[in-house]
Amino acid sequence: KMASSDGNKNTNTEPWGGFEDNIIQGTGSAVIDMENMDDTSGSSFEDMGEMHQRMKEEEEVADEAEATEEETGEDGEFLGIKGIKGQLGRQVADEVWQAGKRQASKAFNLYANIDILRPYFDVEPMQVRNRLIESMIPIRMINFPQKIAGELYGPMMLVFTLVAILLHGMKTSGTVIREGTLMGTAIGTCFGYWLGVSSFIYFLAYLCNAQITMLQMLSLLGYGLFGHCVVLFVTYNVHFHSLFYILWLVVGGLSTLRMVAAVISRTVGQTPRLILCGTLAALHMLFLLYLHFAYHKIVEGILDTLEGPNMPPIQRVARDLPVVATAAMNAVNATVKTLGVILKSQ
Amino acid sequence: HHFAGLSDVSISGDIPVEGEINVPVGTPSQDKEYSTLDEPVKDTILRDLKAVGKKFVHVMYPKKSSALLRDWDLWGPLLLCVTLALMLQGGSVDSKEDGGPQFAEVFVIIWFGSVIITLNSKLLGGTISFFQSLCVLGYCIMPLTVAMVVCRLVLLGGSWGFSFIVRLIVVTASFSWSTFASTAFLADCQPPNRKALVVYPVFLFYFVIGWMILTFSPSA
Repeated sequence: KMASSDGNKNTNTEPWGGFEDNIIQGTGSAVIDMENMDDTSGSSFEDMGEMHQRMKEEEEVADEAEATEEETGEDGEFLGIKGIKGQLGRQVADEVWQAGKRQASKAFNLYANIDILRPYFDVEPMQVRNRLIESMIPIRMINFPQKIAGELYGPMMLVFTLVAILLHGMKTSGTVIREGTLMGTAIGTCFGYWLGVSSFIYFLAYLCNAQITMLQMLSLLGYGLFGHCVVLFVTYNVHFHSLFYILWLVVGGLSTLRMVAAVISRTVGQTPRLILCGTLAALHMLFLLYLHFAYHKIVEGILDTLEGPNMPPIQRVARDLPVVATAAMNAVNATVKTLGVILKSQ
Repeated sequence: HHFAGLSDVSISGDIPVEGEINVPVGTPSQDKEYSTLDEPVKDTILRDLKAVGKKFVHVMYPKKSSALLRDWDLWGPLLLCVTLALMLQGGSVDSKEDGGPQFAEVFVIIWFGSVIITLNSKLLGGTISFFQSLCVLGYCIMPLTVAMVVCRLVLLGGSWGFSFIVRLIVVTASFSWSTFASTAFLADCQPPNRKALVVYPVFLFYFVIGWMILTFSPSA
């Protein structure tokens, strides 16, 4: 760092004229770009385009520097060799410092973007476990705003777990074909629900003047998915419909009540409370219903169109479904069959 | 005398200005060619393969050594990822709908999953760098790749029910091995009380890959 800024000023004191300042002070002025030294820390984020551009700049400036050298005259020629080397030493040191500064600022810009999210991941395993348990316990105090933790680690892990459970469920229902498409659908469904419904309820809360932030809504809904994970994990392995309905009401109901109570405690007025409560409860419960039935049914619909009547018995579980659910499922089935036909014809 | 001072600043022969600086553009073999120009390409490739092979050995016997972290490279993970994706491709090329996940699907899941886990461990306060973490996670897919090979061999012959049990055991063993191996490297770079928070996504990641391997069956 000794020649970082002083080297620039000293050049004009050389008796043989030295280099002009504006050549040296340019950032791309060195012949060798020492920023691209191989470092094993793995933190070099140069991309090819940038490097090529800088190399081109260096070439241009090097050519310019050579041209200027020739102009300084013959008396500097002998000393010019040593002069060049001396100058080169200072230039190299300067370039090292510039390169280090550039790399540090670039790394900082990259990490600063991650640091925005860092406080939301500041949790201990004990806290996560407690919050998971608390998400099933509704609190009846609705006249005073309930405390909602704003963290994103638990919700994100729960969404990914839900995706894994959905995939596992598809495996146990015997689906082997079309895994790729179903995986994308699973990830899209879970993340879409978490982000989409959170945004929608946040928007409604904004309209109804509820005191809840987006982060808290994301966190609340994310932890509410814990009930879904438990129910789906059990019912994908134990295929009893009555069991599913009981779990849907009890477990799903508890986690919904918890979320609804937390949101209501932050709203004032009967009508806004009713709107928020109704929307959230409906969406949350219906999502669990959808996850249980629709994935089985989509799978069977696809298998029907592709395989025909030769199906192993495990997929033909007799079901007695209520009328509404049957109608919904017929609609879903019809849609999927149409999709299958369209895809087959392509 | 003005120029006496200049001689102090001039570069003597032992300060390397040319030849030592490697521009990491393109493949490492090009790097080596820059400094060892007369070396035959076979030597270059063998040297890289040896480095990759050494890391494979580290994964097979996961001790707490920093060799995997210190000189990270992404050749091994790429090799494993491509091998796994190709083997999961499915038997027949004719019917595009049957078989299993497409090549791009497996590729995207492995790399996207690794990025998510790395970001998660960094957000939780880890001291590992981005590419080191990618390197570790990629290399620890190796037991699962071995399990994939075994599963394919098992599927080539044998009765159906028995083969499923065998495949289940093999995949479960290799997936636990992968998780344990990567934890041995990753968990060191975390504050001690948060190891469980980092291990869980790794467990999920290898579980999903193990699930893809277990449910793979080539179309008849």
